[in-house]
Amino acid sequence: MDKLTIAPSPHVHGHDSVKRNMYGVLIALVPALAASLWFFGLGALKVILISVISCVLFEFLIQKFLFKTKPTISDGSAAVTGLILAFNLPSELDWWIVVVGALFAIGVCKMTFGGLGQNIVNPAIAGRVFLLVSFPAQMTTWPAPAGVDGYTGATPLGLLKAGAISQLPSSSDLLMGSVGGSLGEVSAIALLIGLVILLAMRVITWHIPVSIIATMALFAAFFHYGICEIHYADPLFHILTGGALLGAIFMATDYVTSPMTKNGMLIYGFGIGLITMLIRCFGAYPEGMSFAILIMNIVTPLINKYTRPNRFGVK
Amino acid sequence: MLKTFSIGGIHPEENKLSAASPIQALPVPAEVKIPLAQHIGAPAQPCVEVGAKVKVGQLIAKAGGFVSANVHSSVSGTVKKIEEFVDANGMKKMAIVITVEGDEWEETIDRSADIVRDIKLEPKEIIAKISEMGLVGMGGATFPTHVKLAVPEGQKCEALVINGVECEPYLTSDHRAMLERPEEILMGVKILMKALQIDKAYIGIENNKPDAIAKLTELAKNYPGVTVQPLKLKYPQGGEKQLIDACMGRQVPSGKLPINVGAVVQNVGTALAVYEAVQKNKPLIERIVCVTGKPLAKPSNFLVRIGTPVSACIEAAGGIPEDCGKVIGGGPMMGRAMIHTDVPVIKGTSGILLMNKKESKRPEIANCIRCAKCVNVCPMGLEPYLLSKLSAKEMLDEAQGHSIMDCIECGSCNFTCPSNRPLLDYIRLGKGKVGAILRAKAAAAKAAAEKK
Repeated sequence: MDKLTIAPSPHVHGHDSVKRNMYGVLIALVPALAASLWFFGLGALKVILISVISCVLFEFLIQKFLFKTKPTISDGSAAVTGLILAFNLPSELDWWIVVVGALFAIGVCKMTFGGLGQNIVNPAIAGRVFLLVSFPAQMTTWPAPAGVDGYTGATPLGLLKAGAISQLPSSSDLLMGSVGGSLGEVSAIALLIGLVILLAMRVITWHIPVSIIATMALFAAFFHYGICEIHYADPLFHILTGGALLGAIFMATDYVTSPMTKNGMLIYGFGIGLITMLIRCFGAYPEGMSFAILIMNIVTPLINKYTRPNRFGVK
Repeated sequence: MLKTFSIGGIHPEENKLSAASPIQALPVPAEVKIPLAQHIGAPAQPCVEVGAKVKVGQLIAKAGGFVSANVHSSVSGTVKKIEEFVDANGMKKMAIVITVEGDEWEETIDRSADIVRDIKLEPKEIIAKISEMGLVGMGGATFPTHVKLAVPEGQKCEALVINGVECEPYLTSDHRAMLERPEEILMGVKILMKALQIDKAYIGIENNKPDAIAKLTELAKNYPGVTVQPLKLKYPQGGEKQLIDACMGRQVPSGKLPINVGAVVQNVGTALAVYEAVQKNKPLIERIVCVTGKPLAKPSNFLVRIGTPVSACIEAAGGIPEDCGKVIGGGPMMGRAMIHTDVPVIKGTSGILLMNKKESKRPEIANCIRCAKCVNVCPMGLEPYLLSKLSAKEMLDEAQGHSIMDCIECGSCNFTCPSNRPLLDYIRLGKGKVGAILRAKAAAAKAAAEKK
């Protein structure tokens, strides 16, 4: 026997790891990935590959040559950013725009702050918003999904904003995903399967997705049933369209940029739901999920400061 | 219905390798080393000289104050020396070394296996007897038992809570005791209830020990007021505060003791020792030690005389394997890594756990990803990520403000952290520093008050 190892307790670990959580997110994104390939074909595949590869590559290069540290791209976090960024882009988007978005996401929003765990805003969303305000025309050119006539399809929220109530897709189309939109957001059912995977693998808790969806549903119900049924869409429409589910399940739940306590998560989810609906119903943009998450990301440190977990011994 | 505590908790792998192994008496060694400080509080004062002949159960060191405990000889023989030794944590401690000659017991000790059911002593006498026999908490914390039973003026005890949880992975000594000596444990509970002058007791057992639950539930029918409470499997249910919450639905407030919510908690091992002390006149000279671990050939439960070398226990369980990287006194969650095995088994040694080399190394540390899992599992409702950061930066006022002193050091945060961050290491450091400041402040306030 050699010398004994001395270390303070505990002497066992639960074998959870950054990798397990990040790859868990990637696995949960697979159904939505399959849906995007089904509806948008090679155009979607191109955007996804460019986005993931550039995110991982930028992280690698920055860590290796600027930070001069051992690259940690195998933890999967850059790949998650790349995939979620791609899901927020229209298919067929020019390749160089995707690369610019990836550089902004990883280079500016993640690595500038120190890399994994240090960023203030969700890199994928910041990348998407950066592209949206920089290239508004390209970012809102939506190729029609498979099975829908015409060269370009408008998004359901875009139709709603334009007042084209009669052209709105049916709930079943929204559920399956044969509507226009960013390539990963269209199929509600694929995203919901992802939610089940995330919850089952204990990667996330229910607090953030449920509070966002509940807030949106209540807001929509109040205006639809209380104010005007034609002007304001019903709760189900709002939940199934745009980035609502993608945002609530995969983007708002980003560990780094969401609150640490359950009470804080509920406040954060409420804020995202509220801001999203305010933008959708009264703002200039048809969709507000990305902006809402970005704003609440910035509010998160404040939420952490003022919320505490339920302490033992208070009952 | 299964109960459990209300906040946080984790589910480590159970690894109860020695659960089916009956308690075996370990042979008396050739020499024992009995430390004077085996308990929380002042060390005991030796009352035998070098060269003196002692019997099994003879008092060899008297309690050094109220919060202290008597120490008895666990063997018969000659006192060889009274000397300093280096204990398992690397601290220098005094011990009485006795060379064993035969096995001659004090005549006052009843060594028969008969259950003595008639409790003759009055409450005060029971507590005095427990103190005389040198009893301490057998779960590992080793707080002198008579101190816990002395309910302070103005406080009222309503229920006794017996800890049969054994929530530490690997350990099985309490489990075996409940299976093999249930009547004696229940008699111990009855004696403790009489000492506290109460008519209600809960025995909390987790449902990974259905045989123990069944056995004690059946026998408890003959003990009015004693309820066996099956509990849902969750670590750290054996924590005093968590156990009271689980059994009685009451939470001990921050900085308070169980007695503030009307509870006194004792371990099943302690209940067994109480029975032997009060009904059999037997001091605390031996205990059940679980010797276990994956690299070990024969994980076992031994009845061991206090002062027996840890190395002898490991030898009896198959010897130290080549692949052994760590030897832990206690369980894997809260036990302490030993610096060497030439140390004695003491009153609080509930287990000796061996880990192989691979298990002994901590995984690589990554950045905190702010996943909040440490917050979710903390059974005290604290924010380990924050406390560890505040401790590392020595922001002690803030750490105190975020209730760092409420931490029970259960290790759930470390266990859960996906980035393998040493959260509890830092929190312990912070607790030490905040505790020192608090004690200094209290001392200063006391001095100022005396001046006036």
